Amino acid sequence: MVTMMDTQALTDLAAHIEGRMPDAVRSWQIHVGELTLLAERDHIVPLLRFLRDDQQCNFESFVDLCGVDYPERSERFEVVYHLLSMRMNHRIRVRIRTDEETAVPSCVPLWPAANWFEREAFDMYGIQFADHPDLRRILTDYGFEGWPLRKDFPLTGHYEVRYDDLEKRVIYEPVKLAQEYRNFDFLSPWEGMTTVIPGDEKAKEG
Amino acid sequence: MADTAHIADMDDRKFTLNFGPQHPAAHGVLRMILDLDGEIVTRVDSHIGLLHRGTEKLLEYKTYLQGMPYFDRLDYCSPMNQEHAWCLAIEKLLGVEVPRRASLIRVMYSEIGRIMSHLLNVGTGVMDVGALTPITWCFEEREKLCVFYERASGSRMHAAYFRPGGVHQDLPQRLIDDIATWCDQFPGKLDQIEGLVTENRIFKQRNVDIGVVDQRTILDWGFSGVMVRGSGLAWDLRRSQPYECYSELDFKVPVGRHGDNYDRYVCRMDEMRESVKIILQCIDLMAKDGPGPVLLAGSKLSPPRRADMKNSMEALIHHFKLYTEGFHVPEGECYAAIEAPKGEFGVYLVADGTNRPYRAKIRAPGYPHLQAMDHLCKGLQLADVSAVLGTLDIVFGEIDR
Repeated sequence: MVTMMDTQALTDLAAHIEGRMPDAVRSWQIHVGELTLLAERDHIVPLLRFLRDDQQCNFESFVDLCGVDYPERSERFEVVYHLLSMRMNHRIRVRIRTDEETAVPSCVPLWPAANWFEREAFDMYGIQFADHPDLRRILTDYGFEGWPLRKDFPLTGHYEVRYDDLEKRVIYEPVKLAQEYRNFDFLSPWEGMTTVIPGDEKAKEG
Repeated sequence: MADTAHIADMDDRKFTLNFGPQHPAAHGVLRMILDLDGEIVTRVDSHIGLLHRGTEKLLEYKTYLQGMPYFDRLDYCSPMNQEHAWCLAIEKLLGVEVPRRASLIRVMYSEIGRIMSHLLNVGTGVMDVGALTPITWCFEEREKLCVFYERASGSRMHAAYFRPGGVHQDLPQRLIDDIATWCDQFPGKLDQIEGLVTENRIFKQRNVDIGVVDQRTILDWGFSGVMVRGSGLAWDLRRSQPYECYSELDFKVPVGRHGDNYDRYVCRMDEMRESVKIILQCIDLMAKDGPGPVLLAGSKLSPPRRADMKNSMEALIHHFKLYTEGFHVPEGECYAAIEAPKGEFGVYLVADGTNRPYRAKIRAPGYPHLQAMDHLCKGLQLADVSAVLGTLDIVFGEIDR
């Protein structure tokens, strides 16, 4: 699977990128045979252009872009790019950080394919992309509010949809749960369920 | 004359057409706003997300094992291929290697999934351009493959058969024999379907030189799978970045030449023949290697044997812990991609060392393909839109997630 030679080639590649783009690359790491660059947000477009056009990198294919949410960090979002070079047959991952307000430079001018991926990251996390040609919501419902993949967004959402036979139309109403979602804490050996069960408050009173 | 003067100012050839979301040629729930100039398409605005179920959110709230069946529901034409990507991602982070027999079973069922997907796509794609018979012949064969799914996993469609560390149950020899028998007759059935379609005049008129994908488009729009191979690039993850035991199997990577709808159809037909070869090789190798474990034995990933649970307290505890808490995956991130029937299906997994994924991003091949509809359909006739859509091979389970 992961051979020594692969790791060596990736190390060389990372050193090459870092040497040519010292401002953009903060650090890099190789884990399970995959190269990850931690990059500066403001230099992301020049870095991606370099990765695409440089003969040694040649990452011409845009594979994926997604957000990750770390609410405890000051810059809570990570934007993760996955690129592929079909010619050199290698892959790379680039990560940058941002927060709710700061916009990430859009890479749609480099790859039109990034369009929907950036729209999805905006839709799911509320990450802003500067100079994106068409930053609309993409996967959620028309008129949806909130950022569903953020860690502070509840799994069930806020509204549920059903067809109302009396009104003869689809109606939206606040979520009513017959039973609370049961969230178990497996990290502590002492705590079981973390959700509050009706009656639990009596234990504290007593 | 004065009455009609204002109409001449307004360009009455230009209008906007709403296509879908409930349209048989939309292959699911796709809504497209088509700007037309007469019959020529000038702009395609695809509205997706009507089948969005929040799979990635759900995965964050489930253990790794509980998350697995969601992958069946992505590309529901070839469910096990998706499970494969999820299992590979987990195994990559855990650093485990699956037993030999499990690897062969996985590859065999991945190829069965590929044939299932291609049969469905060829059948419906041909139906989109007006041929009603081939789909019935395709589904006849597809039905038999569904039965193989059922005999292995208990379910025709949402199999939930792969496991991190192997597959759930071993296959009975009768099932393997039946798959081999099916493989012998299937190329003949393909010949019959090809006899109806491949040289058909109407089919060629509707597909040759339509929806042409050039090399620039492939790179700019993030294409993969048949969308790349139809244009003459021999890019196949099974060959170029082999996973499982593909490196020791002998198969060809069919490529097209012109990158049009027709070449993609031909590619899919040829790929099915190659898949049959792979299945037969897997069956031979399984016979040669003999029986063996299909799940990592003695690991925390696999449940203990039922008989052990009757006598051993530890086995009982292990079983309980595995199916409630699940196993923990060490902290880290990885991207695992497979050559799914529709292209590169990838899972980007961020683990934080607990029993649940911190983030799981599903990279569906259909997503960038559908995105390029505007690019591919500009300047084509309205009737070509459904023909192009058919050969993109899109399924909304994976696009909307």
